[in-house]
Amino acid sequence: MAAITTVELILLTVVSAATPLLLAATGELVVEKSGILNLGVEGMMLVGAVSAFIAMLTTGSWALGIVAGAAAGVIMSMLFGVLTLFFLANQVASGLALTLFGIGISSLLGIPFIGLPIDKLPSLDVPVLGDIPIFGPLIFEQDFLIYFSVLMVVVVHFFLFRTRAGLVLRAVGESHDAAHSIGYSVIRIRFFAVMFGGAMAGLGGAFLSLSYTPMWVEQMTAGRGWIALALVVFATWKPGRVLIGAYLFGAVTIFQLHLQGFGVQIPGQVLSMLPYLVTILVLVLISRNASRVKLSAPACLGQIFHSNT
Amino acid sequence: MTPVMALGLSLIAGTVVFYLLGYPPLQSLYAFFISPISDLYGVCELLVKASPLAMIAVGLSMGFRANVWNIGAEGQLTVGALFGSALVIYFPESNNILMLPAMLILGILGGMAWASIPAFLKTRFNTNEILTSLLLVYVAILLLSTLVHGPWRDPAGYNFPQSVLFQNVAILPVIVPGTRLHLGTIFALLAILTGWILISRTLAGFQVRVSGMAPQAARYTGVRSNLMIWCVLLGAGGLAGLAGIIEITGLIGQVQPIISPGYGFSAIIVAFLGRLHPVGILFASLVLALSYLGGEFVQIKLGLPLGIAGVFQGMLLFFLLSCDILIHYRIEIRKTSISGSARST
Repeated sequence: MAAITTVELILLTVVSAATPLLLAATGELVVEKSGILNLGVEGMMLVGAVSAFIAMLTTGSWALGIVAGAAAGVIMSMLFGVLTLFFLANQVASGLALTLFGIGISSLLGIPFIGLPIDKLPSLDVPVLGDIPIFGPLIFEQDFLIYFSVLMVVVVHFFLFRTRAGLVLRAVGESHDAAHSIGYSVIRIRFFAVMFGGAMAGLGGAFLSLSYTPMWVEQMTAGRGWIALALVVFATWKPGRVLIGAYLFGAVTIFQLHLQGFGVQIPGQVLSMLPYLVTILVLVLISRNASRVKLSAPACLGQIFHSNT
Repeated sequence: MTPVMALGLSLIAGTVVFYLLGYPPLQSLYAFFISPISDLYGVCELLVKASPLAMIAVGLSMGFRANVWNIGAEGQLTVGALFGSALVIYFPESNNILMLPAMLILGILGGMAWASIPAFLKTRFNTNEILTSLLLVYVAILLLSTLVHGPWRDPAGYNFPQSVLFQNVAILPVIVPGTRLHLGTIFALLAILTGWILISRTLAGFQVRVSGMAPQAARYTGVRSNLMIWCVLLGAGGLAGLAGIIEITGLIGQVQPIISPGYGFSAIIVAFLGRLHPVGILFASLVLALSYLGGEFVQIKLGLPLGIAGVFQGMLLFFLLSCDILIHYRIEIRKTSISGSARST
């Protein structure tokens, strides 16, 4: 690999700061499109992160680490799915429960592994193309999960707006009664959507503990699950805009880190508030237009479906 | 009945967790739930932990009833603690007996100020209060960290991120000698009582309940929904702020990087376990306080990680929510399949 210049380094770090958000938000977007609001993203990411880390450390296999992260996210999301879809529990409360449970169980599982070092997820290294200045490393020298996250945005967009199954999923989210009355299984479709969201959140967590900061620290997601939820609103439920939003937040995160590095006379903690404050600001700007949010949000978002049969 | 059922199921699941972790399950359960409260000191410790939980949960429950999802009580608690403590930091020599009451009032105001941000954004800009209130928790904790690592650090404190120790006039009196049970518990009981009167005996309480159950009916009868959002958020914020400054003046006695072990989040579980009713919250706060106390106890006695308390709390909420189906629906067993019959309450 050729020596990396500062500009290239900044671009690379922006991309890796954005990737966990992008993975989790893309998953949550599909969940919300099906009419379910899962506030447990933070919890699923944490459990995904700790599981991926443990699997990687004990087996030494990157693939198994990534799979374990996704699988852990799916298991967590199934808990949520059973609660809200079969036991008809309140989605907001169940999502919160999932996050609280995820924080507890991940810190419990991770105790023997705190602070242990692992090697960073290996990057692709295309010989000639990777040496192109600025864009070479950005495009040709990333790790698997980064390519995967961008690919999934395309896949999800195609699935939602160009396939029949995607149309059905959106129909379920817009009007579950109508979808039910023409014979679609609302519960089953939503359960699959919730599981997909869990897998993606788990992968987001796995990226954090395998690549972004290759180690396990309690509550290492630091609110990224909630920022991912905000991103879905910011994107007005459109996959392409999730991509833009995630990279924007990646840029804010890296910007404040570099400010800290350059010894600006502002306490580091104040700069660390920036990503959260920017998220709030962006939410305000988007939701200020009430009718726009109403028009883009799935009409049945957060409502309990119960068939009277 | 369902809270009791959920508690029973969590106990069973807890036994399984202990077993899976390789600890003797029954002994661990005993160490978790019984030993911590087998003497007067233990019971007082339980009340010390239950007080902030109950106080915050009463405030949150009003919001949840009105469909206002303030989940940022942890941040409101932190800012309340900071507002109240500011008085000591800037008047470290003062021996005025009005110091403590002033701190408590500032604590309430601090919590209200922090809660007013999601209230303003929700009513003015239609911004989702779940996300804003939660994101502000991170901002509040970073604010606390800025202060204790910077301007509020005790110059004589060997560079530890701690403020000066508070003088006696800024400390809540202990009400049971020989224990740490302080006046804050009385405030918690008052909060529960006030909450109970408000929700069951006043028009305002009725309006809160109607706004949650039938928002359109509420609007039709003249309930101003924006005013309602402001009231429940400020109320919950004020109580969380009070709980924060009580933690500081009643237990810690200085400003530290960590003020609460997550009371603001556990209070959400307390509110649900208590079925959003002040009396239920009283009992639920004791259960959750026991989970904290038991968690500390098994950490010391059996070397179990502290995270076990969080796992238990999460399971409790899961079981509680899934038991709720028994309240809202009647289960009928039919030949073909099992389904709930429509009898919504």
